[in-house]
Amino acid sequence: MAPLVLTAPQNMLARTAGELVSKHGGVDRQRRLRDEGADLGYSPEVWAEMADLGWLGIPFAEEHGGLGMGMAETVLITEAMGRGLAPEPFVSAVVFGGGLLADAGNAEQRAAWLPRLIDGEKRLAPALLEAGSRYGLDKVETGAQANGDGWSLSGEKVQVVGGVGADGFVIGARTEGGADGLTLFLVPAAADGLKVVAQQRVDSRNSAIVRLDGVHVATGAVLGDVGGGLEPLGRAVDRATVAVCGEMLGVMTEAFERTIEYLKSRSQFGVLIGTFQALKHRAAKMFIEIELSRSTVMAAARALDENSDDAELQVSNAKARCSDALILVTNEALQMHGGIGMTDEHDIGLFMKRARALEFAFGDAAFHRQRFARLRGF
Amino acid sequence: MSDLSVFREEARAWVEGNAPEFLRGKAADPNAWAAGGRKAPFVYPESRDWLLAAADRGFSVPTWPEEYGGAGLSRDEAAVLHEEIGRLALPLPLTGFGYSMIGPTLLDHGTEGQKAEHLPKIARGEIRWCQGYSEPNAGSDLASLATSAVRDGDFYVINGQKIWTSGADQADWIFMLVRTNPDVKKQRGITFILVDMASPGVEVRPIRLISGASPFCETFFHDVRTPVHQVIGEVNGGWTVAKALLGHERTSIGGMGRGGARTSLPDLARDYVGVDELGRIDDPTIRERVTQCEMDAMSYGLTIRRHGDGLEAGHKPGPESSMFKYYGTELNMRREELMLSIRGPQALGWEGEGFEPAELTQTRNWLRSRANSIEGGTSEIQLNIIAKRVLGLPD
Repeated sequence: MAPLVLTAPQNMLARTAGELVSKHGGVDRQRRLRDEGADLGYSPEVWAEMADLGWLGIPFAEEHGGLGMGMAETVLITEAMGRGLAPEPFVSAVVFGGGLLADAGNAEQRAAWLPRLIDGEKRLAPALLEAGSRYGLDKVETGAQANGDGWSLSGEKVQVVGGVGADGFVIGARTEGGADGLTLFLVPAAADGLKVVAQQRVDSRNSAIVRLDGVHVATGAVLGDVGGGLEPLGRAVDRATVAVCGEMLGVMTEAFERTIEYLKSRSQFGVLIGTFQALKHRAAKMFIEIELSRSTVMAAARALDENSDDAELQVSNAKARCSDALILVTNEALQMHGGIGMTDEHDIGLFMKRARALEFAFGDAAFHRQRFARLRGF
Repeated sequence: MSDLSVFREEARAWVEGNAPEFLRGKAADPNAWAAGGRKAPFVYPESRDWLLAAADRGFSVPTWPEEYGGAGLSRDEAAVLHEEIGRLALPLPLTGFGYSMIGPTLLDHGTEGQKAEHLPKIARGEIRWCQGYSEPNAGSDLASLATSAVRDGDFYVINGQKIWTSGADQADWIFMLVRTNPDVKKQRGITFILVDMASPGVEVRPIRLISGASPFCETFFHDVRTPVHQVIGEVNGGWTVAKALLGHERTSIGGMGRGGARTSLPDLARDYVGVDELGRIDDPTIRERVTQCEMDAMSYGLTIRRHGDGLEAGHKPGPESSMFKYYGTELNMRREELMLSIRGPQALGWEGEGFEPAELTQTRNWLRSRANSIEGGTSEIQLNIIAKRVLGLPD
């Protein structure tokens, strides 16, 4: 495995990403967007700037106009976004949606979409989750009926991240029962019978219900093979999971540092509360959990980039660790801030809300421990 | 082919050619591990052959410079060597405090003369070392130690008592902390000094522990004389040396949280708990605990590795050893507790019939492991160090 340290160009990328997020207002921007209540939930001008920097093309091959970088770089972007709670749909649109298209799409589909995704002109949203899916990728009831020269799709997808304002969706639908019956479709947002309804989540991000009522698509809309959706989906989910882990690292690090600063500035009983051993020890334990989390994220990103045999194990190890650490840190952050942390005016609550969305993205800690055990055969 | 894979071939050939057949597969047998010394017998004569063969090649202390008996290997090369040794489930050729603690400390803080006097004897396993830090009234508050050393011509005269001196009854020399100035802030009056355990006035009494074993001793000093040139670092500057050495100790104790050539938890659980129709450990709670333990060990191993990669890339070492000591020991203790749960009533044996040898060892190991979070600075002290030195929280 490549060394678990950042190279000079990676350090530069991390710094640039951090600067971009702060330049646009950091956490204040997330708060403002939430208060404005627009369904889009992010800033188109920041998205455009990310495109200008080439970041929307980070995971894509240079032949498609991408930067051809790996997960090791991708997690640096998502970590910076996590630190400033930047709400742009980078993971869903680029890593997950774009990644699926680049992996499973044919030459024609890639040519039609990738260059526009990379320059920010178009945006994809994967629409896979259903109300009963929980974390099962094959728990899909949306159906696809063969219909003349194509397919007819009906069903309802929920919590489609980045769904509001998306130009197209990757939709998982059943062409048959069983694991071999899942097929991926590339569906334009403007298709007849497709309806997007904004959802309000606790983290105030762009999220939508996508209703499909007999949406007709041509055979050319199938992404990959009919009935062969599960495999590329699994690969894309692993990459998206690690990108999410990068964001989790950013959220936990920032919430932790803000809490340490608070312990150094808040006085009670005539002394700084950071002098209390009851708080010091908990802070030290959080520090260790964050350090361990960082190691697992770097390792999982490198394992995916290097196509290691243990890549899936590393991904589940990272997601389980980051989920537990993030919940510990954000809950403790609020407790250590005391009453002020319960107010909407204080930012620490925003970190806690985002933490839960990240925890449940692509499987929580318990799910990934089960997967780890299954992969290891015990 | 990279330099490292060239070295791997060389290391593999050397291990194949020099490791005694008898020791292969014996990594888990504590009797196979040798710390050397004048009075400590080797349980297996093959351990002595293995140590001497390694010493001839510099592989008993692979990263030390050749002039002091090492092979001058890089950290990566040494890791490869240890992997090759582990591949045949062999013990390392040399273990003990000389190898893991006083040796590295002398390399950093010793004079040329001190290095030349002590290091080659450690490398060849001729001298075994013990550590004289804790005292009956100086445990977690180590800097309050009272054992005194008073200058008398070319000697220091030492009086006092040390406790928890691991293996003092087997050791030839001791590295210890003594008070050379009682009139200043407690950390500023401490000196780090080396003493021959054969000196007149040294008395050792083993302490029997809850595990039934006596790895620790009380060590008494009555007018013990040691030459002034055995002071390491500055007189009254011993606290700095002591902290550096504690860093090596924490890394060494913390190292036990990593997987390695030990009992496989999943195998043990399958064995004792059984498996369901899908081949899974047939108790969801045990299965969950095994999984958590395996994932923690993996994450911990990755963190040690990231830290090492950072040092290799030129990052400055910080107070990370406290993190490794804390997490490694807590993890090891959790692992011992889990193995106890897995074996259930069969983990209750003390000696005699009705229990497998591995079960009897398990009981003793579990009891021994309870000291992990106490020795080398308690877990609470490690958390204090992290809070102060890493997080900058106020006193």
